[in-house]
Amino acid sequence: MANGGPDMKVCIVGCGAVGSLFAAHLAQVDDVEVWAYDVVAPHVEAINRDGLKLTGEANITGRVRATTDAAELPACEFGIVATKSMYTRAAIEASAHAFADGAVASVQNGVGNEEVIAEHVERVIRGTTFPAGHVVEPGVVHMDTRGDTSIGPFEPKPAPMDAVTRLAEAITAGGMNTRALPDARGAQWTKLIFNAATNPLGALTRLTHGRLCELPETRRLITQLVDEGKAVAAALGITLDSDPDELVDHAAKVAYEHRASMLQDVLAERATEVDALNGGIVRFGEEQGVPTPMNQAIAALIKGLERSWQQPR
Amino acid sequence: MPVELRRVCVVGAGAIGSLLAAHLSRVCEAWVLTRRPQQAEQLNADGLRVSGKHEFVGRVHATADASELPDFHLGIIAVKANDLEHVGQRLAGLAPQATMMTIQNGLGAEAVIARHGDWPLISSVTFMSGTRRSDVHVEYELDTATWLGPWASTRTDQAVVDAVAALINASGLNAEAMTDLVPAQWSKLIFNSAINSVSALTELPHVARYVDEEEASSLGHVVRALVEEGKAVAAAAGIELYEDPWDMNVLAVKRGETSHSDYAHLPSMLEDVLAHRPTEVAFIAGALHREADRLGVPVPVTAAAHRLIKGKEASWRTGVRT
Repeated sequence: MANGGPDMKVCIVGCGAVGSLFAAHLAQVDDVEVWAYDVVAPHVEAINRDGLKLTGEANITGRVRATTDAAELPACEFGIVATKSMYTRAAIEASAHAFADGAVASVQNGVGNEEVIAEHVERVIRGTTFPAGHVVEPGVVHMDTRGDTSIGPFEPKPAPMDAVTRLAEAITAGGMNTRALPDARGAQWTKLIFNAATNPLGALTRLTHGRLCELPETRRLITQLVDEGKAVAAALGITLDSDPDELVDHAAKVAYEHRASMLQDVLAERATEVDALNGGIVRFGEEQGVPTPMNQAIAALIKGLERSWQQPR
Repeated sequence: MPVELRRVCVVGAGAIGSLLAAHLSRVCEAWVLTRRPQQAEQLNADGLRVSGKHEFVGRVHATADASELPDFHLGIIAVKANDLEHVGQRLAGLAPQATMMTIQNGLGAEAVIARHGDWPLISSVTFMSGTRRSDVHVEYELDTATWLGPWASTRTDQAVVDAVAALINASGLNAEAMTDLVPAQWSKLIFNSAINSVSALTELPHVARYVDEEEASSLGHVVRALVEEGKAVAAAAGIELYEDPWDMNVLAVKRGETSHSDYAHLPSMLEDVLAHRPTEVAFIAGALHREADRLGVPVPVTAAAHRLIKGKEASWRTGVRT
């Protein structure tokens, strides 16, 4: 811009581990102004004081304007929602005003987030991301793994394809490879099916990903869950990026000791994202008339496990 | 001829074994075979205290050395199903005149004991429950019945079964003799397969959630699916159930919630899980799974529960702890 102001304002909605990866990388791009809305005050204060620092697979610090008060957000061209899926509604309700003329992407786990965002925002982008990290301390996030992000227009309330491309180019320029796709459902469902088949089994058994795949008993359950997910995806007319069952075996080699995020949630007695994972497969299955009894049983067991934390001990 | 039941030996002094030994000591000579010598010594010194539904101290004879046992007329095997093989080896050659009674959860206990001796066997299932407070103190919680029946393969005399039930009733516990225990055993097997499996995986005590079928993700659906699969296996095996396991679930939850508002029964498999002990899954959901495979009945949820519990047990061996 001639006056030296930013070309693009982006707001990260939910600046936890994954949100921080996007925020810090985007902040590396000239002419992108990055905002972050998050409810964790110490993290927000540290970001405003010291910048947002990434360690591990990335070693960068980004200048990010963070706030716990969504009313402070300026009008933004893009939003990137990165909350846990159960907080999507509250987060977008609070921040939607900033995107009245913009487009909002979800890079969250599971399915159903875009539908919630679309209740509050006119132009929505479907997204899936593989990079992962964890918050080390306020203002500092360790990037555990790198990987691609795929985004595309959300069909019922689509952002224009050129907007999707513009956002993908900005994120890629910041150092996180992002693909703009006319149909991002295949990428999303591939990851969904992978996660829904592995995460809850790790949470129920406490096994690492590698051990889960090594035991014939649990490996077989993974395939049963994958098969139900594939049947629902097929009924929806979605072409998967790759076979989730093969991804499972690949991950067993490269991430043997990995504890699924849902296992980490369970160990910390935090609510899990099972409603967006297995619950999502069950809901879309019902719509399509595809039975998903295993996903239904596994979802109910996880809900029961969450319930056990409220039991007097 | 009257049945001679003057001397009884209870093998295993967990909650169920302790409740039986203490009560029986009031009506006959009661011996306890323990695994640990210290527990036997303490039982001989202090007796076996019962609190809760009943309050008394039972005078029992205890030993951890099977060769010290005098000849007895009735042996009650009250160890966990996983320990049956070991107990069978310890009892081999002892008390040739005795009748042996198994009281384990699930299926298959009688067959394990039968491999180690020619004793006539009594099958039983128990609905009473207690909590072991110490080596010499057990709390009596649910005073529900124990059902007994002759194990068909050893042609056990019904008169002995009736006499054992009468002895248990005389001791202050509740027992009912049946001519065929299989329908009751399978009712409890299916009930246990559902309740124990769900509790082991969710770590939730047996509370109202187990009957909740309100929403798609409500836990009652899993319990219902496990019960329906179990019933299909029973039907294929030609077994007419004594009680509907789902009704047993509803009743147990109701009993728990109305008699004590804060009472939440921990199914035994959940106790095992919390203590990181091997569970009895092979005798419960695993037994149903095997029977289902044998009979060609699909039991996907039972199989999943069986496999997940095996996986959970495996996690304790790899050191991932909460």
